[in-house]
Amino acid sequence: MPINYYIFLAMALFSIGIVGVLTRRNAIIIFMCIELMLNAVNLLLVAFSKMHHLKSVATDAAAGTDGQLFVFFIMVVAAAEVSVGLAIIVMMYRNIHSVDVNFLNRLKH
Amino acid sequence: MQNVLQIVYLIPLLPLIGFLINGLGRKQLSKSMISVIGCGTILASFVLSIWVFLQVKEGNTHVAAYFDFIAVGKLKIPFAFQIDQLSALFLLIITGVGFLIHVYSTSYMKEEKKEHFGRYFAYLNLFVFSMLLLVMGANFVIMFIGWEGVGLCSYLLIGYWFKKPEYTRAANKAFIMNRIGDLAFLIAIFWLINKLGTVTYSEVFSSANLHNLKTSDITVITLLLFVGATGKSAQIPLYTWLPDAMAGPTPVSALIHAATMVTAGIYMIARSNLLYSMAPLTMDIVAWIGLATALLAATIALKQNDIKKVLAYSTVSQLGFMFLALGCGAYTAAVFHVMTHAFFKALLFLGSGSVIHAMSGEQDIRNMGGLSKKLKITFITFLIGCIAIAGIPPFSGFFSKDAILLSAFEKSPVLYAIALFTALLTAFYMFRLLFITFSGTFRGSREQEYHVHESPAAMTIPLIVLALLSIAGGFVGIPEVIMKGGDQLSRFLSPVIASHGESTVSHSTEYMLMGLSTVLVVVMIIFAWFKFRNYQRSEANGFGKLLENKWYVDELYDKIIVNPLNQLGGFLKNTIEKNVLDGLVNGVGRLVNYGGRQLRLLQSGQVGNYVLLMVVSMVLIFAIQFFLRK
Repeated sequence: MPINYYIFLAMALFSIGIVGVLTRRNAIIIFMCIELMLNAVNLLLVAFSKMHHLKSVATDAAAGTDGQLFVFFIMVVAAAEVSVGLAIIVMMYRNIHSVDVNFLNRLKH
Repeated sequence: MQNVLQIVYLIPLLPLIGFLINGLGRKQLSKSMISVIGCGTILASFVLSIWVFLQVKEGNTHVAAYFDFIAVGKLKIPFAFQIDQLSALFLLIITGVGFLIHVYSTSYMKEEKKEHFGRYFAYLNLFVFSMLLLVMGANFVIMFIGWEGVGLCSYLLIGYWFKKPEYTRAANKAFIMNRIGDLAFLIAIFWLINKLGTVTYSEVFSSANLHNLKTSDITVITLLLFVGATGKSAQIPLYTWLPDAMAGPTPVSALIHAATMVTAGIYMIARSNLLYSMAPLTMDIVAWIGLATALLAATIALKQNDIKKVLAYSTVSQLGFMFLALGCGAYTAAVFHVMTHAFFKALLFLGSGSVIHAMSGEQDIRNMGGLSKKLKITFITFLIGCIAIAGIPPFSGFFSKDAILLSAFEKSPVLYAIALFTALLTAFYMFRLLFITFSGTFRGSREQEYHVHESPAAMTIPLIVLALLSIAGGFVGIPEVIMKGGDQLSRFLSPVIASHGESTVSHSTEYMLMGLSTVLVVVMIIFAWFKFRNYQRSEANGFGKLLENKWYVDELYDKIIVNPLNQLGGFLKNTIEKNVLDGLVNGVGRLVNYGGRQLRLLQSGQVGNYVLLMVVSMVLIFAIQFFLRK
């Protein structure tokens, strides 16, 4: 499969993520959109690494493996981030009985 | 005997030590201690100076280098003293007359408070120290240090009674006018360094260097040096500070006018006579400025009523004579006149101090009169001073003035005629002063009349010594026509001052000139006697009023220099500073304030907004990266 398809898919996912973050007010949905963007990037990384690997495997057996490794790191960090983020959302709900981010504008004052 | 030249540094060092002791210990030391230290250090310097003079007379000159004052790249300016005929002569004048003035001061200033008394003597010692540094330096930079030193000390001493605002203003005036001249002197030094890379006399005046210099350079350097001299030696256009310098105590005026300060300019030009001789244009300017100053100051002196003001203008006039001599190439005559003038002008000033002392502070001669009976010693010495300055043989002033007139005659008869006229004016105003003050009837108050008394010995003895010097001081320079080998001064100074060639004037002419000036001077004195024997107060009008107000030169300077400067200052303060500078500074503050208030609106607190901004700016950055970075 040509690399273009992967790029299109990743761009679509990323754009959906951005639009979601910008337009939604529900903290959980925003959170999911962020995950969506992260995964779009992950997808792109894996796709490029595979392409790279196919191209130069003859000279270097380990070509492109670093891209795939990087994805694992991102997954680990994302998991950690999710745990913290969800905890924040839970605390937010406990305090103001809502997950609408527009209520969180007190930094202004 | 030889080794006195090894310890010449003591000559300026002793007054400096005296300055430090008196200045620091003025609250602890008693007045008599202060007097002893003040006079003692100068006396020691004087004794050393005599010793040095005797050595120099034998032909032993000496340059003592102590350390490098400035060493930058190739330029090396040593801190060195040069002892030769010229500086030895000046050393004698400065320390000798200076010592007499110190002794006189111990009595004149005895009513001052102890700490002020100490301050006074400290300044006096510092003054002598600076002047000694000025004449002993072996290069222009050391001379400049002394030059600035005397400027500072004159400021301190003129403003000695600093509680009176007009006295401090006079001090400021003296200092500022001197600074103008100093700047020119400084530029001349830089010019010398630029062209020759050295400021040491022996190197600057070496024939190789002189021939390398272009005539235009020499002219500019000598002119700049001369501007410096006009500041220090009170010549047109920078002379107005000297009459105002009368604000200081009378002995200070004597010190400034006779021994130190104003002779600095003459010394500098006499020292650089080799340079000046190569710049005929400068010589002409010097001669004419000197003559103009002499005439202007003499006319002003005709109508002054303050005893010290008359003497001040007479000093300006006599200095003009000296510059005339310098401009005519008769450097020896100028130095000769410096010497005799130091004697009789110190005498006259100290005599006027004695009169002021007797009159309990009165300085207006219109309120004096008939003092000759009560102040016998003062009167006789003052009379001797007047005869000497008027130039009647065989008093000292005659010989030096005659030498100057002769040199003027050799240069041009026009110069001679004006100079002779000025000399006659000198005789007239000095005897006017004498007659108004000492003859006729007393015109002051009863209280003053009762109080009039002769001054104590500490004041009269210096007067007597100076009177003797005023009588005999001229005998070192008797013209060759009168006595073969009489002109010892020229022969003494010949190693340092280039002779301006053999006299072109025949002996009979010379006799005639001498006779003419003497007869006319006597006529002037008799005229003054009839006019002022019984002086009655009268208002000046017309031309006299113009003279009494000093040709309105001060007012003119106020109009064309001081007032515009003040107005400029006012304009800068009220308009430029308030509107432009303040506006600029406040504007920056207001801009930041306003910008901050506007930027604050961005901080809405809405998470969505922040994210939107983030995305938009990221897109922008990508766009810039993509489209612009090619």
